[in-house]
Amino acid sequence: MTYQAEFRVWRGDSTGGSFESYRVEVHEGEVVLDLVHRLQATQAPDLAVRWNCKAGKCGSCSAEINGRPRLLCMTRMSTLSPDEPVVITPLRAFPVLRDLVTDVSFNYAKAREIPGFIPPAGLGPGEYRMQQEDVERSQEFRKCIECFLCQDTCHVVRDHEENKSVFAGPRFLMRVAELDMHPLDAAAEAGLDRRATAQDVHGLGYCNITKCCTEVCPEQIRITDNALIPLKERVADLKYHPLVWLGSRIGLRRKD
Amino acid sequence: MVSTETGPPTGTGVHSPGRAAVPQRQLRTDRWWLPQLATVTGLLAFIGYSTWRAFEGAHYYAPPYVSPFYSPCLAANCVPVRGGADWTLFGDWWRLSPALLVLIFPLGFRLTCYYYRKAYYRAFWSSPPACAVPEPHTRYTGETRFPLILQNLHRYFFYVAVPFAMILTYDVALGFRNTGGEWGHAGLGSFVLLGNVALIWAYTLSCHSCRHIVGGRLKHFSGHPVRHRLWQFVGRLNVRHMLLAWSSLASVGLTDLYVYLVSSGAFGDPQLF
Amino acid sequence: MTEVERYSYDVVVVGAGGAGLRAAIEAREQGLRVAVICKSLFGKAHTVMAEGGIAAAMANANSNDNWQVHFRDTMRGGKFLNNWRMAELHAKEAPDRVWELETWGALFDRTKDGRIAQRNFGGHEYPRLAHVGDRTGLELIRTLQQKVVSLQQQDFAESGRQDQARYEARLRVFQECTVTRILKTRTSGGSTTGGRVAGVFGYARESGRFFTVQAPAVVLATGGIGKSFKVTSNSWEYTGDGHALALLAGASLLHMEFVQFHPTGMVWPPSVKGILVTESVRGDGGVLRNSDGRRFMFDYVPEVFKGQYAETEEEADRWYADQEHNRRPPDLLPRDEVARAINSEVKAGRGTPHGGVYLDVSSRLPAEEIIRRLPSMHHQFKELADVDITREPMEVGPTCHYVMGGVEVDPDSAATPGVPGLFAAGEVAGGMHGSNRLGGNSLSDLLVFGRRAGLHAARYAAELTDRPVIDEAQVAAAAREAVDPFDETRIGDGPAENPYGLHQELQQTMNDLVGIIRRAGEMEQALDRLAVFRARAARAVVEGHRQFNPGWHLALDLRNMLLVSECVARAALLRRESRGGHTREDCPGMDRNWRRADLVCTYTGDGIDVTRKENGRIRADLLALFGREELARYLTPEELPLATPGPPQQTDDASDSQSGAGQ
Repeated sequence: MTYQAEFRVWRGDSTGGSFESYRVEVHEGEVVLDLVHRLQATQAPDLAVRWNCKAGKCGSCSAEINGRPRLLCMTRMSTLSPDEPVVITPLRAFPVLRDLVTDVSFNYAKAREIPGFIPPAGLGPGEYRMQQEDVERSQEFRKCIECFLCQDTCHVVRDHEENKSVFAGPRFLMRVAELDMHPLDAAAEAGLDRRATAQDVHGLGYCNITKCCTEVCPEQIRITDNALIPLKERVADLKYHPLVWLGSRIGLRRKD
Repeated sequence: MVSTETGPPTGTGVHSPGRAAVPQRQLRTDRWWLPQLATVTGLLAFIGYSTWRAFEGAHYYAPPYVSPFYSPCLAANCVPVRGGADWTLFGDWWRLSPALLVLIFPLGFRLTCYYYRKAYYRAFWSSPPACAVPEPHTRYTGETRFPLILQNLHRYFFYVAVPFAMILTYDVALGFRNTGGEWGHAGLGSFVLLGNVALIWAYTLSCHSCRHIVGGRLKHFSGHPVRHRLWQFVGRLNVRHMLLAWSSLASVGLTDLYVYLVSSGAFGDPQLF
Repeated sequence: MTEVERYSYDVVVVGAGGAGLRAAIEAREQGLRVAVICKSLFGKAHTVMAEGGIAAAMANANSNDNWQVHFRDTMRGGKFLNNWRMAELHAKEAPDRVWELETWGALFDRTKDGRIAQRNFGGHEYPRLAHVGDRTGLELIRTLQQKVVSLQQQDFAESGRQDQARYEARLRVFQECTVTRILKTRTSGGSTTGGRVAGVFGYARESGRFFTVQAPAVVLATGGIGKSFKVTSNSWEYTGDGHALALLAGASLLHMEFVQFHPTGMVWPPSVKGILVTESVRGDGGVLRNSDGRRFMFDYVPEVFKGQYAETEEEADRWYADQEHNRRPPDLLPRDEVARAINSEVKAGRGTPHGGVYLDVSSRLPAEEIIRRLPSMHHQFKELADVDITREPMEVGPTCHYVMGGVEVDPDSAATPGVPGLFAAGEVAGGMHGSNRLGGNSLSDLLVFGRRAGLHAARYAAELTDRPVIDEAQVAAAAREAVDPFDETRIGDGPAENPYGLHQELQQTMNDLVGIIRRAGEMEQALDRLAVFRARAARAVVEGHRQFNPGWHLALDLRNMLLVSECVARAALLRRESRGGHTREDCPGMDRNWRRADLVCTYTGDGIDVTRKENGRIRADLLALFGREELARYLTPEELPLATPGPPQQTDDASDSQSGAGQ
């Protein structure tokens, strides 16, 4: 079951780089991250890679394998052809730091732009009552391990650097959806309409629902169908409803 | 693949400054273009066929079957459909095919549908051509401005699609007559119409806007158990929205073809009972 | 001297897992400026791996639950070696810590009446674990992470300036940075004893640049030590950094001999070796077999459990359907028993080709039933190992999971005695779990003592009238120590060592010689080897430069793993009994006299010194929670209370043994 595979790993930093070719022995049942570790231990001790749990739970080892955004620890060698080289590059939507490690600070900056959960007034710790069916939608989104593969694959920012300032990306639009669907979030009471900010601040309109975020999600969260489209529909309630639109034109505000 | 050192990128997209200096625009080794090719082929075939049929203005009624392209009839120049949805809302000044008056509604519904949007953005506009394959456009604003901002009107097309589906259902009922207009009979065509309308309903109800309207917009499902049930039901259909979009598109075309074949006499509708 | 970036904060938290973030939030809410330093990206801490839940006596599922029952379970689980005051505080405060998470946006699974649902777990008398499916740790981390962000948003809004730096004005996360030294104020002679905490020294993994953070208070929240063992469920971060930093700063570690091994970790394929296989596989009908196909657990029912477990396969099989009238299968014996049995089978040559035993559920249940009952296990094997557990048996073996031992702290304040300004919380702190941790008690431990550490670190820092000044000589020494691995000239003519190879040898040694079953001779052998490793580690040489260089990072982490491994081996050699996470083949019984003893490790300047220390007497009202008969099993006659009204009788002898990890 052992065979020699060719690995072509992009090595370099922000000043440039190139593909390095390695021959490495592959054993049964291994994932790509195992081979990267073998390279480190035997041929390339300073090969930079980010990883952590190696069980698909932390979302650290994001990279691109044969051009597709993947987790290195969740890509089994048995799913790749033994005759073709395995081509690994860092995430290509973010600035590279070194080898397979990219600067993902874009995501942390976007996370900060979304106002967090606003606790309801008058309910103390231990007094929260929520039904399972009411928390389930947001719970799906909270499965997110923040691997940022969706952020990487989304063409809105991957192909258009200039959109980074106006677009939060699937992961963080999903965060807005999560909060808007949270049964006890008191944003409205605090004068915050998350639907409005989704469109006006976080760039929901840039999403053209082409579903790459859903395709790459290692947690199988249905980002597009369950978060982004419902959020678009909620925005439509607010902004693209003829009566609401007319009301806003003549200075009336519809009470929701 | 070159392994010579490449300097820092200075372009746009994946070659923006700061990003990894990978010369290739994309490195996918699978046939990522195949789904796009299939989409283009499928949609063009349908558009070609339906354009011909819509403009033809003939062979759309083979008693008791009426083609879904021509129902309801809103013009005065329709072939009279016995007991059918034959409302002369437009005067006899309308000289073109009556199909053109009604087809714009299902067309709008499908054009703004969240699934079809994905399909044609990818296949026809390459935005993006496939995941992690760069798009050719230098600028991208998504659905933030005119005309694409109008995609937000999808739900109004949904509202219109529901009565349309009802009318087609009514047409199916009419189809359970014999050529003499007596009830309780059926031919193969009755079941062709029935299958088509089932798919039309499944597609219409699996719509994302529908899912939102029946329950998705609620903050608390627990206070609305019936709507929660409906939302779950629509959600289960919604998972198959793509499948339903294609199968209902195919069934509409095939149903029309069936009516055409029977009407033009190329094929005799087998009478079952 | 190398360039060093300088920062100054009031409190530095090392580690951004559950305990670290909770400490940081608390210190920030006390109004202080806080820096959090973590080796990974923010939000990736090992806490995300916890699955089971957070143990807290909220009494949502069973109204009889209260902190006393939780305390009792915890003490039984730890075989009475726990620091009773920590166990008491933990049981009392856990519910508040869980409820507080809800006000920060956490979404736990719910009961019918809308409260937090609680699940059963080994060793807990009542359903007690607040959970979110099997990803409770992730929910905990994400909630704390988002709370940190919302505090940063507050600071940003208050500043009224559109300057990104304002987000980090009072709470800053230094992600992907490693702390290599705790810096102290200057003492005469520069010894490790004496002096107060003055800050930390570390490097940014990304750039390799050095930095110091001056701060009067440092909270260690670095987690465990599992990466010193070959087979472990722990992530790469678990190199015992906090344990070692504390030792080097002059603090002491206790209970280091207690390392929890989970009996069923995956052993094959290699890529998943060590990852946990949940206990419910056995609870739902999975059985252990050796390579002869024999259900060997029937041969390993120890004397004390005779009569409590099924003696025939038929009876065992009936138990799954009818638990009232049949005895449970021996596959469900306590974790240490199962782990020992697996170990013996493998040693006797009846293991699988990859050194485990078979855990078979495929021949026991229909495929649909397996998928319905064990969805996450089915998914885990399918996705990670390409093994379909509905068709073939799993291969499993013991895996290093958790260290009960850690930094000795004051139970109320989490402060280390002897090093003013140093605090520790979470897995890196010792005492709370005694000799064995109950599943679910880890996440609650992080929250309860994370908060306490943050609070008391903040108070300590606020009360100081003078800011401790960093001793520059220590900075220079730390910088030198950190760049050493690049300096090939320092090793003279001897061979250069590859840190990866050295690490693998260390892991193998600890696994084989100080692993789940221990013998004096083997541990002595391990200590000899550790001494050799230490000498070889001093000759580790790495290639390349300082920018994100994993070889270099590992070379620096080796120091910590070697120190911690020596603590484990020395303490384990000294404790001549078997208790909880410490099993001596040559001293198989539990000894009441040893219960009074904590083994305390200190750093002497060139090695580890272990001393035996009497632990404090358990407070009378807490002892009164147990029956006298039960107490007599753990306590020496002199320790027993004179005559106590014997309240709640312990009902289930085996309850503590079902205890263990977050599975």
